[in-house]
Amino acid sequence: MPPTAEPEITRYTYDVVVIGAGGAGLRAAIAAREQGKRTAVISKSLFGKAHTVMAEGGAAAALGNANAEDEWRVHFRDTMRGGKFLNDPRMVELHAREAPERILELEYWGALFDRTPEGKISQRNFGGHEYPRLAHVGDRTGLEMIRTLQQRVVALQQADAAELGDPEARIRVFAETAVTRLITEDGDGEGPGRIVGAFGYRRVDGGFVAFEAPAVILATGGIGKAFRTTSNSWEYTGDGHALALRAGASLINMEFVQFHPTGMVWPPSVKGILVTESVRGDGGVLRDSGGRRFMFDYVPDVFRSQYAESEEEADGWYDDPANHRRPPELLPRDEVARAINTEVKEGRGSPHGGVFLDVSSRLPAEEIRRRLPSMHHQFKELADVDITAEPMEVGPTCHYVMGGVRVDADTAASDVPGLFAAGEVAGGMHGSNRLGGNSLSDLLVFGRRAGVGATAYLDGPGDRAVPRQTVDRVAREEASRALESLGRSDGENPYTLHTELQETMNDLVGIIRRGPEMERALERLDELGERARTLSAPGDRVYNPGWHLALAVPNMILVSRAVTAAALERTESRGGHTRDDFPDMSPEWRRVNLAVRADASDRVALARRPVADIPAELITVFGREELAKYLTKEELPDAGAADDAAEEDQS
Amino acid sequence: MASTDSTQTGGGRAHIPRRTLRTDRWWVGPLLTTLGLATFVVYATLRVFQQDHYWVPEYHYLTPFYSPCVAQQCAPEAALFGRLPVEFPPLVPYALVSLPILLLFRLTCYYYRKAYYRSIWLSPPACAVREPHRAYTGETRPLMRLQNGHRYFFYAAALISLVNTWDMLIAFFHGTGGGFGVGLGNIIMLVNVVMLWTYTLSCHSCRHVFGGRLRSFGTHPVRYWMWSRISTLNNRHMLYAWLSLATLMITDAYIALIASGTIEDLRILN
Amino acid sequence: MSERVFRVWRGSGEGELAEYRVEANEGEVVLDVLHRLQATQTPDLAVRWNCKAGKCGSCSVEINGRPKLSCMTRMSVFDEDETVTVTPMRTFPVIRDLVCDVSYNYQKAREIPSFTPDPEKSPGDFRMWQEDVQRQQEFRKCIECFLCNNVCHVIRDHEENKEHFSGPRYLMRVAELEMHPEDTADRRLIAQDEFGLGYCNITKCCTDVCPENIHITDNALIPLKERVADRKYDPLVWLGSKIGVRPKDTPPVPNVGSHSDRT
Repeated sequence: MPPTAEPEITRYTYDVVVIGAGGAGLRAAIAAREQGKRTAVISKSLFGKAHTVMAEGGAAAALGNANAEDEWRVHFRDTMRGGKFLNDPRMVELHAREAPERILELEYWGALFDRTPEGKISQRNFGGHEYPRLAHVGDRTGLEMIRTLQQRVVALQQADAAELGDPEARIRVFAETAVTRLITEDGDGEGPGRIVGAFGYRRVDGGFVAFEAPAVILATGGIGKAFRTTSNSWEYTGDGHALALRAGASLINMEFVQFHPTGMVWPPSVKGILVTESVRGDGGVLRDSGGRRFMFDYVPDVFRSQYAESEEEADGWYDDPANHRRPPELLPRDEVARAINTEVKEGRGSPHGGVFLDVSSRLPAEEIRRRLPSMHHQFKELADVDITAEPMEVGPTCHYVMGGVRVDADTAASDVPGLFAAGEVAGGMHGSNRLGGNSLSDLLVFGRRAGVGATAYLDGPGDRAVPRQTVDRVAREEASRALESLGRSDGENPYTLHTELQETMNDLVGIIRRGPEMERALERLDELGERARTLSAPGDRVYNPGWHLALAVPNMILVSRAVTAAALERTESRGGHTRDDFPDMSPEWRRVNLAVRADASDRVALARRPVADIPAELITVFGREELAKYLTKEELPDAGAADDAAEEDQS
Repeated sequence: MASTDSTQTGGGRAHIPRRTLRTDRWWVGPLLTTLGLATFVVYATLRVFQQDHYWVPEYHYLTPFYSPCVAQQCAPEAALFGRLPVEFPPLVPYALVSLPILLLFRLTCYYYRKAYYRSIWLSPPACAVREPHRAYTGETRPLMRLQNGHRYFFYAAALISLVNTWDMLIAFFHGTGGGFGVGLGNIIMLVNVVMLWTYTLSCHSCRHVFGGRLRSFGTHPVRYWMWSRISTLNNRHMLYAWLSLATLMITDAYIALIASGTIEDLRILN
Repeated sequence: MSERVFRVWRGSGEGELAEYRVEANEGEVVLDVLHRLQATQTPDLAVRWNCKAGKCGSCSVEINGRPKLSCMTRMSVFDEDETVTVTPMRTFPVIRDLVCDVSYNYQKAREIPSFTPDPEKSPGDFRMWQEDVQRQQEFRKCIECFLCNNVCHVIRDHEENKEHFSGPRYLMRVAELEMHPEDTADRRLIAQDEFGLGYCNITKCCTDVCPENIHITDNALIPLKERVADRKYDPLVWLGSKIGVRPKDTPPVPNVGSHSDRT
């Protein structure tokens, strides 16, 4: 259908609008298109540039190529353990069951994964996975995935060109277009109204676009740009989270934000970029500004027996792990991050607010180049730092948000009829902490389910017609609202406001959290929210980054409120949420998801939702002893059944 | 705060009149290439048309510029592969069979093409420097399509490398008193032949026909092995192209100097 | 901290170089300095960027006349008193400032017949070995920064060639598909006739500017030229086609003209 161009707003009609063109968005769009739905993919950047390309490790799928013992139940168990049992068990089950199919499908579309000697897809080990499980392509698996999906979209367009004479007849990518508002019907008092469209702007020329569509799939990724130090790209401004909240959907698990302990803090050009864990595994040590190897002071009692107490003992481990205890640098991520955080807060940090990670004094230069080629290359190319000659400065970096839109596991449907979510913007799958490698497979499994779910919704009973007047009215309102900051000459600078927001979140709701600090953060966020009403962006509408930021800052503030409110409410420590004032994990809290909703003025409110029980046939993959660490007494299954299963499992 | 107005979007390219904004000495590369190629062309032309000083009978040294020597005028012992029954007029090279093949092999070589397209044809003179031509059709026009025949010149050049190898080997069995002997001339010829082979075998067409053309290496381990070895050589194809030009000139010059009696061959053994 | 002089292209195609004095810190890259310009002096300076780690290929510009990723060009490579000139890619139309309209590339991508597995096979049936895939894996490192297409003189200096030339990026894509062990299409003829492989005179600027260090010319374009020679310039194949034993060529993709209504 040719678009209709009104004076200011170009209007389109689609069956499904997918917001986000990363792994989840493209997979969802492919699924919807394959079911015959006319699909639009809206991408904030160019087609094929999504943040998915940054993923290095691989995509976890129990293919059983590297170890035939591996199967989906083991993957299920690993994922539940990683998420500290807060995961939505149905999502984890679907993910573990379907990931292998999704990976093989990518291969069938042309992806070239690394191979085993038998000619199958090779799988690598990764933290938290019992068997080698990550399908990978060197250290650029995400790029391979995006390119394959991108090329699959092109293949579908070619098929449409042959059949219908128009490559964009059934799937079209709107590159460099951002959505600022989901359009819904008014609610009936019982719940939010259904989706009827979306409104946004083209970055390239500032032109407005309105989509009439009965189904919208959110696949916008994460929220990392609300934090100062992050491994995320500029796109990660929490757009999807904010759009969903404003459309009436609820978010769950927003308090769980994964910080990687070693991100670069200096030089500025690489700030936030990850330094792989294997630097520490291969002998790298953490030192404070005085050169002291401080990790020995931070071994918690529960780990005391497994970790070395002296440098001599720790250094012996690298060559002779059987007779030495592990160096404390290899404690779990949250412990290391906490230690670094404390050192910096107490004034023993490096000049740029991190600590020193030194491998140069530990291994010969040649050995470093051999064992850590990509790290050596990354620092040489990006930062002009020779890691064989000088230490790196590292600190925790915001990496991933486990929280997101509450969705139905099977259909990816949110609380709002017609609104679906997949990938990082959806919550539940990863519980309180995500395992490495589970993100890429998550995108594929739930991306496809969202596309199929949206199709089923469209074909299902009920009114799916789009009232044009509603779309027009909201689009016009939204267009004039979007232009406010452009016309204002003496308001707040969006760059300044963004920086202040990042400082607030990093310092007060960062990796280690305390009640009073978070209360202060909420006050600061209110103040920033107030100031964000008077943002000003000089210049015109053509590719104006200041204006684009002005439109994104309110989203980040809203999402930051959700994170902070939930983090303040949850008085325990679990996975990606560490409370200094409540350091223990509580079985009672495990049964609770915090759901966030927002009102018309971006105020957030919390509600408690029960976490779904692990189905009886799956709870047997865990031993009773393990379950007892997480579950309350009344939740534990019959002693006999679980123990039998545990024995079976070991045999 | 400053801001600019932008006019219509979707306009043209950035209108920058200067042919390049490069600030480095980008013209050095093409200049050196031109000088290098010109040196060889001038030297080779003079020598090929000289029709003299190509043969050292005492040690059986034959310069590669005259191999195989097929003219009636060739010294009989130098004509290892026989002579044509016609006397060549002046300015017709004695190695009439091999020289055109070798010339075409190098002219159609992927490296030399790059070298002369850039330095002589200036298309482009250097990266991101505007070329001076109004139109450009690359290798699509009939004459230029000859470049696609590189592999056939490769096959032929490989045969001529065999001839050069034979020339080089047989010279070892012509020491001062007959029998085995080694002089500096032998060493130079040996090095030259090695360079000729590395250049010839590192050729992109060679890499293709020995394995590159396959879609699957997993089922062709031998061809994969050959392709891998040739690929290693191929990485330095440019280096071998220049080194083999240099050793050709050195070999010829050394033999010419001895043949003309200007210097004596330095004998190492017999 | 030191003050540097930056000359930056402002405006559309008919723009001009504007001069700025801006702070640069130790360890920064050109993109950091452009961001500082945005934050402190000219908030509407248009710069396209995403990951800032050399992995997405968004921030392609020309720095002192050389095509580069601005996130991978360190300030330390310039002398203290050297003026740094940043212009948009020359080969593509300028939208504004340093941002180009790169739709040419996406159009060319859509013209290449896609990966075509054997219809008898299903997902999971493929058996490929590491040595089979690693040749193409090099090409799949491509981050689509389009610097190779930008620097290629075939279209950089001759706008009229754009219609018949897909550029190194997409000729490399054809080579990649032609080397895929499970692909059954034959794109050799159209590589030459439709995608303009014959225009390539292997002058290697694409390889020189590639931020991923892909050997585009040696490993993709020349092997593709050799494959075309197999199909088009081989006397035996020619004879075969004359006596009726024709190789099966994949036709161009029908009607892939863009139906874009972008303003």
